[in-house]
Amino acid sequence: MNIKWIALIGLLFLSGPVWAGEARPLTDDPASEARLKHLAVELRCLVCQNQTLADSNAPLAEDLRREVREMIAKNMSDQEIIEFLTARYGDFVLYRPPLKASTTLLWVGPFLLVIVGATALIITLRRRAGKVVDVPVTEDEHRRVEQLLAEGGKRP
Amino acid sequence: MNRFLLPLSIFIVVLVFLGIGLKLNPREIPSPLVGKAAPDFSQPQLLEPTKVFSPADMKGKVWLLNFWASWCSGCKTEHPVLMDLAKSGEVPIYGMDYKDQRDEAMTWLSRWGNPYPVVGVDDAGRVGINYGVYGVPETYVIDKQGVIQYKQIGPLDPETVEKKIIPLVKQLEAQ
Repeated sequence: MNIKWIALIGLLFLSGPVWAGEARPLTDDPASEARLKHLAVELRCLVCQNQTLADSNAPLAEDLRREVREMIAKNMSDQEIIEFLTARYGDFVLYRPPLKASTTLLWVGPFLLVIVGATALIITLRRRAGKVVDVPVTEDEHRRVEQLLAEGGKRP
Repeated sequence: MNRFLLPLSIFIVVLVFLGIGLKLNPREIPSPLVGKAAPDFSQPQLLEPTKVFSPADMKGKVWLLNFWASWCSGCKTEHPVLMDLAKSGEVPIYGMDYKDQRDEAMTWLSRWGNPYPVVGVDDAGRVGINYGVYGVPETYVIDKQGVIQYKQIGPLDPETVEKKIIPLVKQLEAQ
């Protein structure tokens, strides 16, 4: 009985890799595989738009990885490969879009927002500083405060 | 009152931007190929595999290139629109069967009707990549000089055909 269970558990462990569906190595050559990985994490999968070409299992991503792999095999430079893809799919395939007239807002926008926010914050703080007035506390109020604090200390 | 005016106006501006963002379709990525020469290919034909289909055969004509597949549900939605457009004779629609099984594509056409004079076969999706296809159906309007003038991402609907495709085709034909 025990032996059967151990054998069953052992079999389950053995069968792990079968259903896990590990990603196959992208190419046989480790150097070009590294290049493909390096390129594919910079490129967007157009089907699952928040995944990189490296992450996505969409058929188009598989095809594009195949294309990139072939271009690597043809000894094309990273620049040429990226040009090949942007000529077909536009700058949208790049996770780091180039600085152009159409992308200035994208690049400058966050800094602009920080500047606007910081200016607004400084102006508000200055205005508020002007509004704060020292309130003189009378002898009587002092005594009352001390009394209240002393009472608070005695509470469990 | 004045105290709330500034935050309120900022809120409204943000709201307007978010509203515009909601209306944008993330699938509609402007194609860099519009205004450029349609990429060349020569692919076997679906119905007559020994024959070749190439855009070079289409020089001097305004035509549509429609990427479709029998596995694609959007293509089924689009199909009656293509049938009507083909029947109207306004513009020839050439098909590109994208990453599909030949027999399934043939069954699809014989079951639902064939709006295409010729269908090319893009088995490996390479023609698709050259045209920047990332999801079928996609349709290209190509002019007499073989330049892509318009790209439709997703299914064509009667309104788009009437308001965009047909006027554009007429204008290109007059050139």
